Amino acid sequence: MSVAVVDLGCGNIASMMFALERLGARAALTRAASDIAAADRVILPGVGTAGFAMRQIDALGLRDGLMSARPLLGVCLGHQLLFERSEEGGVDGLGLIEGDVTRLQGAPDRPIPHMGWNTLDIDQPDCPLLKGVEDGAFVYFVHTFASHAGPSTAASTRYGEAFSSVAAADGVYGCQFHPERSAAPGAQILKNFLEL
Amino acid sequence: MLARRIIPCLDVKDRAVVKGVRFRAHERVGDAVALAETYRDAGADELVFYDITASAERRTLDYGWVREIAHALDIPFCVAGGIRSVEAAVKCLENGADKVSINSPALERPDLIDEIAAVAGSQCVVAGVDSLHVNNDWFVYQYTGSEAATQESGRRTLDWIKEAQERGAGEIVLNCMDQDGVRAGYDIGQLRAARDLLTIPLIASGGAGTMAHFRDVFEGADVSGALAASVFHKNVFTIPDLKERLDQWGVSVRR
Repeated sequence: MSVAVVDLGCGNIASMMFALERLGARAALTRAASDIAAADRVILPGVGTAGFAMRQIDALGLRDGLMSARPLLGVCLGHQLLFERSEEGGVDGLGLIEGDVTRLQGAPDRPIPHMGWNTLDIDQPDCPLLKGVEDGAFVYFVHTFASHAGPSTAASTRYGEAFSSVAAADGVYGCQFHPERSAAPGAQILKNFLEL
Repeated sequence: MLARRIIPCLDVKDRAVVKGVRFRAHERVGDAVALAETYRDAGADELVFYDITASAERRTLDYGWVREIAHALDIPFCVAGGIRSVEAAVKCLENGADKVSINSPALERPDLIDEIAAVAGSQCVVAGVDSLHVNNDWFVYQYTGSEAATQESGRRTLDWIKEAQERGAGEIVLNCMDQDGVRAGYDIGQLRAARDLLTIPLIASGGAGTMAHFRDVFEGADVSGALAASVFHKNVFTIPDLKERLDQWGVSVRR
């Protein structure tokens, strides 16, 4: 099985590659539409900003490939790009999942970014991405924007409000946290994605 | 619920982990990658690798070694020491680091924080601050990795952390040097003052000696994480025991 990891030219992609390597996957970093079309699995990772990422997707001619790639997994910013619109820079996302991405509300006891280990409240226990993952499992988050919980929410997480931490819709999956940095539960989720 | 983070700090000198008292008299405690794996398995929430001599000797750190650590870990880690340019920061991130911590170079040229945040995002930029209590206030020190090079920066700690946040730092690690290595407890007063000023996460550093010190800093200063070195390196107590105790005390931890 081949896995294409989309390189938008910014941020920590090495840790995702190492995590896939630990799972025995044949993963390649790419920015070529042909590789995305040929891959059995596509992962859209990402740190940085939604505006920069969407411009990169269009500059590299990857939009059509991502729109039809299945199974597709978006991670962190990549998860946010799956939705219709992001408040960050006011840009349109890929629109593969219904809903918008908005800024998390901070408070004196709730610093922003939301950074650290928080729990998954599993809303859809049958979601194949969450097979073998316990309700309440801790995973690692680093983000300032999030999508509201909606019909595609397979797991949610509470930081002030509840947001969609795992989304799933017709072969498109998203994780707001970093599975590659989330110890055993993260490895299980990546393994599940590879075994879909 | 967001867990409070327990963060072992590995001061690194020539690929070995060392620990001194009040930043002086370093003794070797073990190989960096091996210790990283041990802490990962023990349930550390995050690790910080600090190349304590890179800044003072004006060299950047070894990216191959960052990659080795990234390869071994499935938890986040931050690297610090001698990162004086956007290129160096990006190289660390590309080699698998989740965050870079900027200390002395940001004091030399504060725009470095803005520049790294603009390219890599604020979540990747940690401002590391070494602070010392002087004349009823706190002041920032730099080049603290070397006794000979250590000097006062001329900046008030509370002014500097606020500025670092405004410039785009995504987290502050406040190292209270009076407390470092002496295991008398975190500087709750200073950390509380810092917490009240900031909207980004604050990590406490310096002073951990007992399990109760961790509870005290989480409850008293509301910090997002607590960094410690000697208590873990010298096995005063283990991370699983610490987390069990914190859990009993009602502190949210990842177990």
